[in-house]
Amino acid sequence: MENLEQLVTQATADFTAANELARLEDVKAVYLGKDGSLTALLKGLGKLPAEERKSAGAAINAAKTQIESALAARREALRIAQLAARLAAESLDITLPGRGSARGSIHPVMRTLDRIEQLFRSIGFEVADGPEIETDWHNFTALNTPANHPARSMHDTFYLLDDAGQVRHDVLLRTHTSPVQIRSMLAHVEKFRHLDTMPEIRVICTGRVYRVDSDATHSPMFHQVEGLWVGEDVSFADLKGVVADFLRRFFESDDLKVRFRPSFFPFTEPSAEIDVAFMSGPMEGRWLEIAGCGMVHPNVLRFGGIDPERYTGFAFGMGPDRLTMLRYGINDLRLFFDGDLRFLSQFQ
Amino acid sequence: MQFSESWLRALVNPPLSTAELCHLLTMAGLEVEECRPAGADFSHVVVARILTAEKHPDADKLKLCSVDTGEHGVLQIVCGAPNAAAGLIVPCALVGAQLPGIEIKKVKVRGIESFGMLCSARELGLYEDHGGLLTLPADAPIGRNIRSYLNLDDYLITLKLTPNRADCLSLTGIAREVAALTGAPLTLPSIDPVAAVHDEARGVVLDVPAACPRYCGRIVRGVNSKAATPDWMKQRIERCGVRYISALVDVTNYVMLELGQPLHAFDDAELSGAIHVRYPNAGEQLLLLNEQTVTPRVDTALIADEAKPLAMAGIMGGEHSGISDATTDLFLESAFFTPDAIAGKARALGFSSDASYRYERGVDFELQRRALERATQLIIDICGGQPGPVVETVAPEHLPERAPVRLRLPRVARVLGIELGFARIEKLVAGMGFAYVRENDALVVTPPSWRFDIEIEEDLIEEIVRLHGYDNIPAPPPTARCEMLPLPEASRGPMAVRHLLAERGFHEVVNYSFVAAEWEADFCANANPVRLANPIASQMGVMRSSLIGGLVGTLVSNLKRQAERVRVFEVGRCFINDAAQDTGYDQPLRVAALISGPAQPEQWGLLMRTADFYDLKGDLEALFAPRSLSFARVTHPALHPGRAACVLLYGREIGVIGEIHPRWQQQYELAVAAVVFEVELAALLATPMPAYREVSRFPAVVRDIALVVPQQTEVRRLQDALQEVAPGYVRAIRLFDVYQGKGVTPESKSLAFRVVMQDTEKTLADNDADAAIAKLVQTAAERFGAQLRK
Repeated sequence: MENLEQLVTQATADFTAANELARLEDVKAVYLGKDGSLTALLKGLGKLPAEERKSAGAAINAAKTQIESALAARREALRIAQLAARLAAESLDITLPGRGSARGSIHPVMRTLDRIEQLFRSIGFEVADGPEIETDWHNFTALNTPANHPARSMHDTFYLLDDAGQVRHDVLLRTHTSPVQIRSMLAHVEKFRHLDTMPEIRVICTGRVYRVDSDATHSPMFHQVEGLWVGEDVSFADLKGVVADFLRRFFESDDLKVRFRPSFFPFTEPSAEIDVAFMSGPMEGRWLEIAGCGMVHPNVLRFGGIDPERYTGFAFGMGPDRLTMLRYGINDLRLFFDGDLRFLSQFQ
Repeated sequence: MQFSESWLRALVNPPLSTAELCHLLTMAGLEVEECRPAGADFSHVVVARILTAEKHPDADKLKLCSVDTGEHGVLQIVCGAPNAAAGLIVPCALVGAQLPGIEIKKVKVRGIESFGMLCSARELGLYEDHGGLLTLPADAPIGRNIRSYLNLDDYLITLKLTPNRADCLSLTGIAREVAALTGAPLTLPSIDPVAAVHDEARGVVLDVPAACPRYCGRIVRGVNSKAATPDWMKQRIERCGVRYISALVDVTNYVMLELGQPLHAFDDAELSGAIHVRYPNAGEQLLLLNEQTVTPRVDTALIADEAKPLAMAGIMGGEHSGISDATTDLFLESAFFTPDAIAGKARALGFSSDASYRYERGVDFELQRRALERATQLIIDICGGQPGPVVETVAPEHLPERAPVRLRLPRVARVLGIELGFARIEKLVAGMGFAYVRENDALVVTPPSWRFDIEIEEDLIEEIVRLHGYDNIPAPPPTARCEMLPLPEASRGPMAVRHLLAERGFHEVVNYSFVAAEWEADFCANANPVRLANPIASQMGVMRSSLIGGLVGTLVSNLKRQAERVRVFEVGRCFINDAAQDTGYDQPLRVAALISGPAQPEQWGLLMRTADFYDLKGDLEALFAPRSLSFARVTHPALHPGRAACVLLYGREIGVIGEIHPRWQQQYELAVAAVVFEVELAALLATPMPAYREVSRFPAVVRDIALVVPQQTEVRRLQDALQEVAPGYVRAIRLFDVYQGKGVTPESKSLAFRVVMQDTEKTLADNDADAAIAKLVQTAAERFGAQLRK
């Protein structure tokens, strides 16, 4: 039986010497193959006397089990080594940049307009829209702006020529988003004509407006946001509440003072100018004009088809370009309209 | 409106600092635009007399002065001013004085000690001058601090008045407001009638009473028009931003600033007969004081005598009838012209005057006689003279109405959202000097003659909240019905489109809606664009009918800034003549995008290639997914004729896509080609609800076929035809290769399709698949001459 022990020792040594899987299979054949030494021993059992056969068989089988387990262990070791080698070989420079395309960007003012719309949607405002070439009636008359008002002069308002080259006085490039108030009221009244009590109007409108003005702080085209809330008991206190809340949410800051001071617009009464002051940052402590607002003038409600005795409302108009500049610390209005990718790509 | 704080405080003097006063005014709606000191910040400068002024022994241009500074003694001072002379009274900065940018020390000047500095107006920050030392009046008290002597601890406050507050275009008006806001007593100058000492007078005829319902006139004889304006008056008008000119003119300006009533002084010797307020005769011309000759419009009121026009009423006097140094007899005018009569007239002539500015906003129509009396008294005090009687001509039916306005207390509470209480409201109304009576829960208020902005209840509510303080209105978040807004799933907002484009690498731009006419011609073949009447620049002269020109402009400017890869988009309106719209213009919102340069940003892991038509087409198709677009050849002025297509959605044309025409590429100096699309935004906003289809549990059969077709065959048409004839279990026919080259004749191309077949009811048999493929190949052969490639 000494033979068997030697055989196990030898096989284990041979397996260890095999350093790849294919070689290991060759070595396996030497011991366990059809003509392998262990196989030969098993075949030789029949020649032994019956009384020896049982114990010899048990010994050979024990040796076989030992050899098989040594083989399995070696096989596993080789597999692990082979996987480790493969993994090492397949290692990447994970610091190389990913393949693919770069992201574009959304214009900073559009980000602002979107935030404004979303904030007002969250308190039930719907988004309204209106034309940029507007009728004089919607832009001025219906907004209680009398014929001699300086705003109607060529100094402030862009007018158009007709086919004959004559100035058209009935249409213009809208000078503010306020005409959307009128369009919204008229449409709303029409839609709910069948009801005894008109549901509230809560609309927000953003868009481009135009004035004859161009310097470092004025662009002949800029953006405006208009808000309108008309209902049976909408008050000046509500206006203050909504606008102050909005400004704190928009700037995500309570570190902000808001003040309302009396002003004058033909289409609101009482009217207010809204100033904000930041309590830190580069604009610290300075009052900045941010919006105009007020209670919708009774004449404007009437032009919108609404009875001012029954309903009251407020409206406000803000400059989102200014809000955008303050929010992101942009110092030049002209950047918004310049299409410079070095600027725009900062707003991914 | 600029005014001097010290003048205001002479009329009303609340216990407030300058800053507090400014805050008060701003928060009452009289916005303080600027508040600056009357003089520079300096100290230790006193009134001094030059006793002697000798030439400096060692310098031709310097003088050696001995200067009496009163309690500070007689000082030796070296002075370089050309006008330094014995006897002059001048400001003297003592040793230790701080002047703007200079500290005064004892110094040696060319070997002689100097114990101070004699000052010019500029050195004291008063005004720019070139005449050397500031000379003070002979009676100036020697030794007095110059700040107090010249009243330099004053502030010049500029109000940015809203157009409704013409009543605050005078010191009296501002003082009235401050008194109402603070309760401080108002001490206005008392104005007594000046008795006539002769009875010479000019008749006045109001030919156009609607424009001039009240006219007061008076002759003053024997005035000394060369008399000097007193310093206090000069200082006051100057600190209101009005230049002093001569005593007579200064008095009229002073009264205008003090009371708000514009006055005009005529040289009575130039007038003949009665004064008429009338409209111009045809072609009548007038030379104005500003040396402008005008032909007034027929609706512009003139002041005339019986022979000739004298002045544009309420706007500007005439050159020939104005006062001069030689004037001895005056005719003083104090009139009320209605805002409607004056509004816009001066602006139409390209100027504005203090008078027209006030009249078009509204002057107190009860003020004319008092203002005339005030001016008469001041003229007599300063220039002497003998006044005649005041001739007042009135057309009462044309004076502005002051209809009572009912102010209902419940309405105040409803509009403001706060109960102020009757007592508080009554106090505020009374404080403004408004007459009122109480009727149940309302006040019936009669607005005063100086307010032109109180016509309806809301005007009074504004007054109340203004005086109560906007700050004192609470600002809680409002309560409202809490109904949800609709959220239609089959549509999306423009922002969703922007996000899609940004995700695909596009940068959003905002281009001007007005463009150069050439862009409209080049990119839209639009010879009749919407033209602006008053563009700010010729290259912004017309409204765009397409976004393409703007994007090409963006590309050009970015190429100049060394950008190589440009991917930009814009969402905006275009403007097209369309009589069917209420404005006369169709104004569709569109989305346009442009790509140029490398298809991908420069990187190590991809082969670099230039972006082409199919790159942008892929972007466009992704925007519209899951809906599929179709494309048809189109001729478009902006685009390469062989590389342009109109974009169709459900058969409707919604836009174009294509490569910029090589002609424009050259003209606009684009180094590489650019591809653009422009589609209607509305088409992008509708997006279908997902529609569920059963997922098959049976295996799919996949077959590939390669069809050789003539080179010019349009793949889409072939594919549509195959789709049309395919049995229902053909789930997809996907093009996966287009091949030209070896094995295919140059007139042909090989198209490889992968056909995916799957049934929801059963596993497909081979013969089902064979039948489908045979059908497809047969159709391709019959309709497109296709051959199966072996």
